[in-house]
Amino acid sequence: MSTIERVEVDAEGFLIHPEQWTEDLGREIASENGIEELTERHWLVVRFMRDRYLTTGTAPSIRALGKESGVPIKELYELFPKGPAKLAAKIGGIPKPKGCI
Amino acid sequence: MTKRQIVILGGGTGGTIAANRLRHLFDADDAEIHLADRDDRHVYQPGLLFVPFGLAEAERLVRPRSQQLHRDVRFHQSAVESVDLRGECVELADGMLLPYDALVIASGARLQPEETEGLLGPGWNERVFTFYTAEGATALHGALEDFDGGRLVVNFVDMPIKCPVAPLEFAFLADWYLRERGVRAKSELVFATPLDAAFTKPVASAHLASLLAAKDIELVTEFNTGEVDAGGVLTSYDGRALDFDLLVTVPLHGGADYVERSEGLGDALGFVPTDRTTLQAAGCGNVFALGDATDVPTSKAGSVTHFEGEVLAANVARFLDGRPLAAGYDGHANCFVETGFHKALLIDFNYDTEPVPGHFPFPVGLPLLRESRLNHLGKLMFEWVYWHALLPGRPIPWIGPAMPAAGKALEEAR
Repeated sequence: MSTIERVEVDAEGFLIHPEQWTEDLGREIASENGIEELTERHWLVVRFMRDRYLTTGTAPSIRALGKESGVPIKELYELFPKGPAKLAAKIGGIPKPKGCI
Repeated sequence: MTKRQIVILGGGTGGTIAANRLRHLFDADDAEIHLADRDDRHVYQPGLLFVPFGLAEAERLVRPRSQQLHRDVRFHQSAVESVDLRGECVELADGMLLPYDALVIASGARLQPEETEGLLGPGWNERVFTFYTAEGATALHGALEDFDGGRLVVNFVDMPIKCPVAPLEFAFLADWYLRERGVRAKSELVFATPLDAAFTKPVASAHLASLLAAKDIELVTEFNTGEVDAGGVLTSYDGRALDFDLLVTVPLHGGADYVERSEGLGDALGFVPTDRTTLQAAGCGNVFALGDATDVPTSKAGSVTHFEGEVLAANVARFLDGRPLAAGYDGHANCFVETGFHKALLIDFNYDTEPVPGHFPFPVGLPLLRESRLNHLGKLMFEWVYWHALLPGRPIPWIGPAMPAAGKALEEAR
């Protein structure tokens, strides 16, 4: 049984309890979402999202992520195709970022 | 006793309401109220939506800022250089220093078209337009008059934007306008949004998506604009392309540039982190913020600013009198959504309650989330209310900070 089957996730696959997250779990979620290898750049973004969520209670939007993580938005899309903020949040074991209002 | 110094930065909707309401709360001997803005042009921004369709003239939407203020508010026509939070002092660009006992940030949001690759390229104001400025809306009017068919794409680059329903309203009105001119059959209308639905809230999204479909406007979701090619292609970051003959876009928004320059005042986008119920800025007791300048999680809209204005003025007064602040703002927003053919729908919501059907503000009243002529008249009438009741800070019957629940089909919320 893989690690991911032992943690609770919501309907879209986001961890319900961020404290259950481990780096191995992050790798597993990444590979299930089509990212075979997490490079240092991937980890930089994932850790940034996770730290920000754990300290402020909300994950940054894609724009704030691009400005504050030091990884330009274009590269974020190369690293995490489709939705960088959503995918990095999923891999980092935090809830889905709430869309802006 | 020396007079208390209240400094307000920004003379738009929020700054003007704050200044006028505070003026009523303090005697002239008790407090001096200063308001600074870079120019003396107060634009009735909701009116800009109508300019491209020849239904309003941009210059008629502008009045002097200074004339909307109580005569005992001192108006300084200057941009702001920076705010020194520790020294409790504002430096204006013309060199004047304004020390404060209480500071109100009301400088709104700034358009940042330069942040999107190619947006300010050769097509800007040729086949790429925004109606979010008086100049842009006027230039777009000329382009729409000459538009005899083709592909018209409406998009916004990313949230947050002022008046999140405005791009949808533009699409609805464009459908009406092109039909009136007899060129709708030769035109394709596309609405592209970075959101995963037509709007930010689920029940309203479903209603608005069916309106788009009924008007034959194509809805493209999760389209995060990466680049604009003046040759007529909009490309998303994930590599999708949308061709256009005419692009009507809403550029990225950020806070005022002095907010970014002032240490400790703004977030990464230049908005002021603000308590969502008291409107006190995070981490500084004597700074308050309202309207588009804040990061509070509700729409950037005039109605929001109006409701916040009442709460903010009362809390600034409480702060200066040494009394505890009231958690008085519930996120109430109230927006008319023009849908074309002299109709509009109305949405009314707050932090906890999304827009649902029903009536406003009572079980008998304006229909919510349903097209009606009455709502359209309400939207048109509001311009008068804005200049004559809202800005001076006069009470408007039935329209206050707390969202009314009576009349709403709350069981439909998801």
